Amino acid sequence: MPTPDTPLWEVFIRSRNGLAHKHVGSLHAADATLALQAARDVYTRRGEGLSVWVVPSAAITASDPADKGMLFEPAQSKIYRHPTFYEVPDDVGHM
Amino acid sequence: MKIATDSPLALYTLRRADDALILGHRLSEWCGHAPMLEEDMALANIGLDLIGQARSLYGYVAELRADGSDEDQLAYLRDAPAYRNLLLAELPKGDFAQTLLRQFLYSAFADPFWRATLASGDPTLAAIAGKSEKESAYHLRHTAEWVIRLGDGTEESHARAQEALDLLWPYTGEMFEADAAERELMAAGLAADPEPLREVWSRTVDQVLREATLTRPVGGWMQSGGRHGRHSEHLGHLLAEMQVLQRSYPGAKW
Repeated sequence: MPTPDTPLWEVFIRSRNGLAHKHVGSLHAADATLALQAARDVYTRRGEGLSVWVVPSAAITASDPADKGMLFEPAQSKIYRHPTFYEVPDDVGHM
Repeated sequence: MKIATDSPLALYTLRRADDALILGHRLSEWCGHAPMLEEDMALANIGLDLIGQARSLYGYVAELRADGSDEDQLAYLRDAPAYRNLLLAELPKGDFAQTLLRQFLYSAFADPFWRATLASGDPTLAAIAGKSEKESAYHLRHTAEWVIRLGDGTEESHARAQEALDLLWPYTGEMFEADAAERELMAAGLAADPEPLREVWSRTVDQVLREATLTRPVGGWMQSGGRHGRHSEHLGHLLAEMQVLQRSYPGAKW
């Protein structure tokens, strides 16, 4: 139950070395220590992680959904920004 | 089932297996009932760790007995007097404070106990300790954090935590008991001596209680009997619920 005593935290897990921490969900906890333990208990039960971050949800500054058009639509018409116009020579291998 | 015929090593292992199973079952009673989802999962996780430890230990007991018994028979087909767990483990879960205090008092013992058992000359016990030690270390960390927050929390959480501590305290002495047969196992380097563990336990408990602003009860008379099959009335009720399926449908599998 969300209460003022147990604010919301966002959980990020790094599953392997070399990968970035990835957002996996959120939880309620009284403080950072308990939030980290709760993240371990709720989100790493099946061996999902090597490292866990928790961040107070209130610390996240999010974009306004109403600004979607202004922020993201201009990029949709710039297909030349995708690196799909190059022929990768076979000798390059996996890129 | 004749427990009296168990070798000292089998009985020693059975006692630790029963601790883990009964305590694990008590924690499972919180599943779906904890005050918040996060702690519901945390308590279930600890319970599953303990039941996993119990399975390994029962498997070893069955191997030592070499009488064709298995972990399921040991868990589901013994009556209360055949159980050898600590009385501390079988006490009802009580409220959240009582469960957390009990788990803390036990984990503060189990953590150094398994670490000491890593050095056992018995390779199976040492291997079980290798897995259990990491689990217990987390149980101790998690429960200590909760004890601190409950004790140093609200007026009500403090009162409940202190009440739980006072209730549980006389059951803590049993963790450090060792009978003559167990002393022989210790002398042979197979079992961990609980006496040096008492100091480690005491230090951990003092430190956490101080931070939790809880008052350590004055020592004194300690409850005893679980290691010899003399149990409180609570164990029978626990077993009735835990064993009902195997008792009603013998050999049922899923």
